[in-house]
Amino acid sequence: MTAPLVVFFGLAALAVIGAVSLILQKHPIHSALSLIVVMVALAGLYLLMGAEFVAAVQIIVYGGAIMVLFVFVIMLLNAGVEEHTSLSKMAGPPGLLLVLALAGFIAATVARSGASVQAATQTGALSSTKGISEMVFKDFVYPFELTSFLVLVAILGATVLAHREKS
Amino acid sequence: MVPTNYYVILSAVLFGLGVFAFIFKRNVITIFMSIELMLNAVNLAFVAFSQALGKLDGQVFVLFVIVVAAAEAAVGLGIIILIARNRQTLNVERVDLLKL
Repeated sequence: MTAPLVVFFGLAALAVIGAVSLILQKHPIHSALSLIVVMVALAGLYLLMGAEFVAAVQIIVYGGAIMVLFVFVIMLLNAGVEEHTSLSKMAGPPGLLLVLALAGFIAATVARSGASVQAATQTGALSSTKGISEMVFKDFVYPFELTSFLVLVAILGATVLAHREKS
Repeated sequence: MVPTNYYVILSAVLFGLGVFAFIFKRNVITIFMSIELMLNAVNLAFVAFSQALGKLDGQVFVLFVIVVAAAEAAVGLGIIILIARNRQTLNVERVDLLKL
């Protein structure tokens, strides 16, 4: 096994363990910390693929901003251990079946298209960050401007929703 | 180097775990976190295909997905705060106003 494969399997195992831990943990704060592990492992995988800008954004925005927001809300609402009723225990087996069917379908599709996907692999190094900035500010400049409106609306929405009216 | 297939299969596994968490968990905050897990799995597939095809479109899409996820997290957590304030619970089974 070459070095990139070893790193890949290490990070992949970390991501899957984190995702399983998110499901198994009973307390939401433990689930949130597991999700941070998944996000950091994915940032490592992005670095392995040579997408260093996406890796940095993943750490700063996902691991930093979004997860801090989650942890902050969990603390604010003083969320406790989640309770499982008989109805929610019933959701486990059909859910597992559904997930296995979905994963099997995707794996079968990937296995069938494996040759064409693998043939296209490694078409030279990309100058990632420079290329991304050129695409964002030239080809995708209108979608980029629209996302700023989206973020503005989200700020307004969050403020209006969380605002407590004086009665 | 790592074949693209491995990344796509890992992405499928993570997405499946996200779907399972979405169905199985009962805390509304944890359900929201499983949506973030699914978005992350899709991002991984985007970057893997971007690398495989030698084009950067996939990575630009990932940036847009992250922006949308951040906006979604802000509004969604605002809604969760409202749920907790109005119904004094975070369990989705107790938020059943529309149920007969």
